[in-house]
Amino acid sequence: MWIDRVVELIPRERLVAIKNVSLAEEHLHDHFEAVVGDDGSVVRSALPIMPASLIIEGMAQTGGILVGHAEDFREKVILAKVSKAELSREAGPGCQLRYTAEIKSFSPAGASVSGTVELSDPAGCVKNDGCRGDAQLLHEKESVEKPKTASPRHPSGESGGFEVIGTIELIFSHLDRNMAGVEYPEHNFVFGEGFKTLLRTSGVLGEGSGIGDRGSGKEP
Amino acid sequence: MQRDEIFEKVKGVLVEALAVDDDEVTPDATIFNDLGAESIDMLDIGFQLEQAFGFKIEQGEMFPEGVTSDPEMVADGKVTDKGIAMLKERAPHIKVAALEADPRLEKVRDIFTVDALVTFVENKLNAA
Repeated sequence: MWIDRVVELIPRERLVAIKNVSLAEEHLHDHFEAVVGDDGSVVRSALPIMPASLIIEGMAQTGGILVGHAEDFREKVILAKVSKAELSREAGPGCQLRYTAEIKSFSPAGASVSGTVELSDPAGCVKNDGCRGDAQLLHEKESVEKPKTASPRHPSGESGGFEVIGTIELIFSHLDRNMAGVEYPEHNFVFGEGFKTLLRTSGVLGEGSGIGDRGSGKEP
Repeated sequence: MQRDEIFEKVKGVLVEALAVDDDEVTPDATIFNDLGAESIDMLDIGFQLEQAFGFKIEQGEMFPEGVTSDPEMVADGKVTDKGIAMLKERAPHIKVAALEADPRLEKVRDIFTVDALVTFVENKLNAA
């Protein structure tokens, strides 16, 4: 799963989910690993940042749950199109992403969703102008004996607050109502175990209830 | 709403949904072949038209679905007379004369033009 928890749900309207970016995630070690020269010297340090494609996937999962929830998870909701995706900042370890998905249009065939990506950057992690970790900055500050009350790291001045870093527009299709008339298995394979676990731990599904059986669930 | 005004709004929708240039969206341009739409784009275009013009579009209303997979509508790689009649009935905004003259299956995609989409919107607005 590319989201950790659903924190707000207004059925058929809006769903908010969060994703904590952690250095424990293996892909961050590859994206991007350090570049080492032939002589063994580090040409460029490792730059662990959340891939933009996975941020889009996180928003797709957020929107997919919202659209699936609208019909009690009876429909097989698939991401059909990324109409637009713009991201202005990167997210590194220690950052938290907040995805807000809102339904713009809904029909028996599918839905269009407008998404907003926000970033909480308590560690002052990755900036667009290069990778300078907070610890490194503090070290530099201490070495020149600058006061700790130096200018705020966050552009908004709200350390730990969220700033909007992107918008993503998505189209979801209800698979069984596709134009080609192709038939798919009856069980809802789209919302698998990962989704079920997330929905239960977030309180969207009640204990013991399953996808398409949301009756005992509650909204977080 | 005047037809040229409808055309401009439809053009805006197509530019947004299909990432094409303004000047590519001419009345004669075909949605699938000239503008490169895929079937899933019809869902996007439908949603955007609903928002732009304030009406609801039923599934298959813009362009009838399942024509090519129905053996009554298509036989020997050609659209049957029944298929042509169905298109006329369910999609009066689409001009099927070219398909009547050359009913090969691959020509079905050619009949859904920007002009047909404008007529579709015009008909919806007039019926409201």
